[in-house]
Amino acid sequence: MTRSEIAARLARDIPEGWYVNLGIGAPLHVADYVPADREVIFHSENGVLGMGPAPAPEEINRWLINAGKQYVTLREGGAYMHHADSFGLIRGGHLDLCVLGAFQVAENGDVANWSVSDNDSAPAVGGAMDLAVGARQVWVLMEHQTKSGDSRLVRRCTYPLTALGVVKRVYTNLAVLDVTAEGFAVRDMVEGLTLEALQKVTDAPLHAPAL
Amino acid sequence: MINKIVQSMAEAMAGIGDGAVVLLGGFGSIGQPNALIDGLIEHGAKDLTIVSNNAGVGRIGLARLLDLGRVRKIICSYPRSVDPTVFEELYRAGKIELEIVPQGTLAERMRAAGAGIPAFFTATAVGTKLAAGKEQREIAGRQYLLEEALAGDVALIEAWEADRWGNLTYRSSARNFNPVMAMAATLTIAQAQHIVDLGGLDPEKIATPGIYVNRVLHVPYGEPTVT
Repeated sequence: MTRSEIAARLARDIPEGWYVNLGIGAPLHVADYVPADREVIFHSENGVLGMGPAPAPEEINRWLINAGKQYVTLREGGAYMHHADSFGLIRGGHLDLCVLGAFQVAENGDVANWSVSDNDSAPAVGGAMDLAVGARQVWVLMEHQTKSGDSRLVRRCTYPLTALGVVKRVYTNLAVLDVTAEGFAVRDMVEGLTLEALQKVTDAPLHAPAL
Repeated sequence: MINKIVQSMAEAMAGIGDGAVVLLGGFGSIGQPNALIDGLIEHGAKDLTIVSNNAGVGRIGLARLLDLGRVRKIICSYPRSVDPTVFEELYRAGKIELEIVPQGTLAERMRAAGAGIPAFFTATAVGTKLAAGKEQREIAGRQYLLEEALAGDVALIEAWEADRWGNLTYRSSARNFNPVMAMAATLTIAQAQHIVDLGGLDPEKIATPGIYVNRVLHVPYGEPTVT
């Protein structure tokens, strides 16, 4: 699946009425695929609740951006708030869902998404650690493997951690997997893929009770 | 008569000393008080600690303040940008100290300072390398870190409208850190696009009441660009 197709697959699973924060990068595309007749309210960490799609060029409000510093719109019913309130709703457990990009997810739900080395030239965490511990559910959207072919679904994260044991579900270009007490459980795979083939490209052991 | 509106940049910057902790509003360039940052450069204070979500872009504004060697330490959540050259050069050369703080912890530490709360517990960053050296405690079965309040000597912020009492409104997402920083500093200086008569602001829309604001400078610069 392409990145857009993963985003569309994830968007299908967001129920009406949920308050959702989309992390910067690939997760931002999820908003484009929520069906028009389903009311899902998007939050942006820089103080926007009820964020809408990108504006037409002639309708840009130059004071209205999202966490990725792109121009966005405010839907009817939307609201602005300052940063302490914006992160209060994140850290206070008010968001139903946060969708994060990640470098690695471990079978115990640990996630690494902010730094690939302990010797980063300039580490940048932003709001990732707040979102990861604050939202009621954390789903990760990422490629199944790195560009060099290493599995991103691992037994234990080797990159610096963002949060411990918080990820509930992972959407990749190959599969949808739940994080359970028994490790990764495959919910869904792309057409034509077998569990054996998926396991071959996955570091962490997989099981598939629902398939 | 109370009149917090100052007539010149020199008046706005008066008294900012070397070694000051300066809180800079904005998320990226939106809500960032660019005119006041240029004023601070002109003013000349050095050995500063800067608290800001980001660490500057290109070679102007905050990046220029860094480039001129006026900043000893920066406390921020996200020093990456489309062009973080200046910060990265200084950081690699060991010429600037960096304290990375998760964005929500950064906002809450300043809110706490403004509200008289010396420290608080949060679950953010538990089990990560940003927990190093912090007290950890279990409360009701969950692990938390103790984070201390972060006060500023000075806050430089951007508002949309202001009156002579220092009441402020903001525009859309340009609100961001500005109201929180206004609370957290001893001396809060706001640049405002519009100055209105006392009574001209709808009290229901004032986001920062004037008690948190010491000086207001009228800077009608028009529309921001995103960086």
